[in-house]
Amino acid sequence: MESLIEFPSMDRQNLRDLKKAIDGGFRDFSREFGEMLENFFEPLLRFLVLFEKLLIAAPWPVIILVIAGLAWLGSRSRTVVAGSVLSFLAIGYFGMWQDTMSTLAIISVATLLCIAVGIPLGILMARSDRMQTAITPVLDIMQTIPAFVYLIPVVMLLGIGKVPGLIAVCIYAIPPIVRLTNLGIRLVEKEALEAADAFGADYRQKLFGVQIPLALPNIFAGVNQTIMMALSMVVIASMIGVAGLGVPVLRSISNQYLALGLMNGLAIVALAIIFDRVSQRFGQRLQRHREGVDHG
Amino acid sequence: MAETKISIEKLYKIFGPRPQSVLAAVQQGMSKQELLEEHDHVLGLKDINIEVSAREISVIMGLSGSGKSTLIRHINRLIEPTSGRIMVNGRDVLAMTREELIEVRRHSISMVFQRFGLHVHKTVAENAAYGLAIQGMPIGEAKQQSRKWLDRVGLSGFENHYPSQLSGGMQQRVGLARALATDADILLMDEPFSALDPLIRTDMQQVLLGLQEELHKTIVFITHDLDEALRLGDSIAILRDGALIQQGNPQDIILHPADDYIFDFVKDINRGRVIEARSVMTPGEGIDGPSVAHNLVLDEALQAVSAAGTDRAKVVDGEGKAIGSISLKQIIDAMARPAEESEQEARYR
Repeated sequence: MESLIEFPSMDRQNLRDLKKAIDGGFRDFSREFGEMLENFFEPLLRFLVLFEKLLIAAPWPVIILVIAGLAWLGSRSRTVVAGSVLSFLAIGYFGMWQDTMSTLAIISVATLLCIAVGIPLGILMARSDRMQTAITPVLDIMQTIPAFVYLIPVVMLLGIGKVPGLIAVCIYAIPPIVRLTNLGIRLVEKEALEAADAFGADYRQKLFGVQIPLALPNIFAGVNQTIMMALSMVVIASMIGVAGLGVPVLRSISNQYLALGLMNGLAIVALAIIFDRVSQRFGQRLQRHREGVDHG
Repeated sequence: MAETKISIEKLYKIFGPRPQSVLAAVQQGMSKQELLEEHDHVLGLKDINIEVSAREISVIMGLSGSGKSTLIRHINRLIEPTSGRIMVNGRDVLAMTREELIEVRRHSISMVFQRFGLHVHKTVAENAAYGLAIQGMPIGEAKQQSRKWLDRVGLSGFENHYPSQLSGGMQQRVGLARALATDADILLMDEPFSALDPLIRTDMQQVLLGLQEELHKTIVFITHDLDEALRLGDSIAILRDGALIQQGNPQDIILHPADDYIFDFVKDINRGRVIEARSVMTPGEGIDGPSVAHNLVLDEALQAVSAAGTDRAKVVDGEGKAIGSISLKQIIDAMARPAEESEQEARYR
């Protein structure tokens, strides 16, 4: 009976040895390759640092003008532009300008990185069912595994700093764009593709002429989700040394500063809403062709 | 006879996980039902043999599920056959490499689809230019070249509209312009007018006939509508359950239906508007009296003969030479709707 109540687990000594072996193996791996990886990510780090410095060093009216311009280009909506400008004025007025610029820098770079890696991955996934079966569980893991768990190996490999933070953000934020690129391409009407085939389109012509353009609304929904998820990682990323709005939030948690936490938290929310509205409006405008009058 | 442009020999298509494993059984005559119940495979096409003549409209007719859309997709190999041979312009389509097949699709065969198959994110002009753009032509030039086809199908002024802004009939005109723009001499049309309103459909049939008079393309036209088949077809092939059951010219099919199935199809059509004088005349020397053209339909022949106040007329060919005679009785007999067990039908049973 004893054996049914007590689960027959691995004995302690062996378990400890196993964990030790894994830890030791990874430590050796990071000693061996850590520097190589750091060198590999060096250009990314430089770009991120440069971009952040540029945002912080630029006069604030210029930044606000650029923000307003980008919001207009994306959304063509006066409300969205006015909302963006007001939000940034408030952020500056409450003394969060520099942190916001840092956050803006890392979010922008993370989003670009996710797009650059995620869209090709999504295309690959749409190309064959086998690929989809292989990649889907990886995406599931990336989305559900607690962020702290993958922070451990990332920090072991690359130490504390911007690049590990960026990687942590990307691990969490990349799945939606991969998924929605794959979905968008798979949802392209069979008739449209068959017509392309019948006229002798090759793989590239089908991909760039038919599948991607028709999948764009979905791909944009993916970009939008990726930005949102990247923003939600800001606080966790600040735990491993990424500057930005997450740092004061972290400080306010440990010291119970309600106002500080609230203000910085709301600043993150403001950024999220601005990004969301601008990218959604942009996505809608891409679908102009669907709004035709139906003559029946 | 006209030269053969496309020939299909002993074509079989079986859908399922392992079609080759049941091919032999099907070739030995296993029925569709048996195949489905015992082997879980679906019989798509069975022993199809067709020759399509150049510069004619060949109609393939059948109800839904008869395999007609599957058949037409074998000609440009959008669907791979299970076994058989498909020759287009004297070349074996199934022996072609990927690249050769793409060349053929770009230059020799174009296609029009039942649900149009337009690209909704492109303008009308870009859609019409699609085939040329795929060939590698710069888009500006492609648009310019395809423009005359848009004009020809009556869409001038709509170049910058999107397909969703057009009616079904107009969208199919875009589909037609796109297919014509590549100058391919074979045109595959998969129920192109079935999704359209009856009036628009008749309209489009006229457009097609007008174009064909000028262009003399080799057209394979799929339809489930006998009236459409009779109006357009130089020859008609009838497909049922994946097998061809009759091939011939429209006159033949109406006057000599091969079995009950086809008889059911043809019994309700307006025979006076389809059957031509030559099909019911008594061949031989002409007689004195009014003359009717050999390809005059019976409705009009009846009017001509009765207007002349006689009961017989001579039938003349295109050059006015008499090739036979026709009587009022012959005309009326042929126009009458055949009885369920007519002598004619029994003869061809």
